[in-house]
Amino acid sequence: MFVSVFFISGFAPDTPTPYKIGDKATDFKLKSVDGKLYSMSDFKSAKGFIVVFTCNHCPFAVKYEDRINALAKKYKSQGYVLLAINPNDPAVQPEDSFELMKTRAKEKGFVFPYLFDEGQKIYPQYGATKTPHVFLLDKNQVVKYIGAIDDNVDSASDVKEKYLENAIAALESGKTPSPETTKAIGCSIKAKK
Amino acid sequence: MKSFLAAFFLIVFSSQAESQNVRIFENYSTLEKQILNDQNTIYVVNFWATWCAPCVKELPHFEKLNSENKKVKVVLVSLDFKNQFETKLLPFLKNKKINSEVVLLTDKDYNTWLPTVDKDWSGSIPATLIINKGKRIFAERIFHSYEELNEYVNTNIN
Repeated sequence: MFVSVFFISGFAPDTPTPYKIGDKATDFKLKSVDGKLYSMSDFKSAKGFIVVFTCNHCPFAVKYEDRINALAKKYKSQGYVLLAINPNDPAVQPEDSFELMKTRAKEKGFVFPYLFDEGQKIYPQYGATKTPHVFLLDKNQVVKYIGAIDDNVDSASDVKEKYLENAIAALESGKTPSPETTKAIGCSIKAKK
Repeated sequence: MKSFLAAFFLIVFSSQAESQNVRIFENYSTLEKQILNDQNTIYVVNFWATWCAPCVKELPHFEKLNSENKKVKVVLVSLDFKNQFETKLLPFLKNKKINSEVVLLTDKDYNTWLPTVDKDWSGSIPATLIINKGKRIFAERIFHSYEELNEYVNTNIN
């Protein structure tokens, strides 16, 4: 008992440990731009979830907006649900307010729920550090892939490796995605001060 | 027409003379080999971009470090988009009167080069790398003041 107390106090930092491949991801109940609340558990027949931490202001996220929308359309028919989450505190980054999320979703015709991580409770549990930052989960919400959408932020037509799509294809054929994680530049998440 | 052309060239050349010469690298390993290669220099390498607000905010601390801490050389590696080199990056450097060495890195194969900077770098910026005689100290963090940065650098190079 003494040991376990020590363990908890010694290893319980302010920020939870970021998810690794194989961890079960937490569900959430977050408000979307359509005013409704969304949870992964709402999608009973989903084969998997594409959770994308993204936002309005970040130029890297903006460059991926159309690709994220296309992915949502493409994989919906295959049973995968794309959920985008804005993790930023609008007090720090006013362009990422819920009102402006609604505006952006309308302008771009987002076909996916664009959720607001109100109170910033969800992104630290995932260990998201930047936008965009993608987590691919299987139907049991187990993390299968973490990282970038593809290998060319500047130009969709110059992409050589579609990391996320390849990872979904691997899941579909019962294989392990390769790579399971990728690195990419992004805008740091704006935490409450 | 002639005088117009002459005026045009005058403007082009005078603006070049005022702004610093920013080298562009398409490959990170080339950048490291060509810019961060002096064994007798301690480099403080800051990864930033004009579109990154927290980066822009901490830039003056790096400028001050470069001018006041004689033990180190600051290199600012811009990750700005290539097509905004002349429209955004150069005007920004001129406007902010940046004196530290600035290079533009356009290597888009992040998954290859990010782990060579540091295996734990998630990819968020700002991020800072110290190279001291082959020893590398990396931090994916923001420095809120010159004092904070200077103390961090001094602690890590001594």
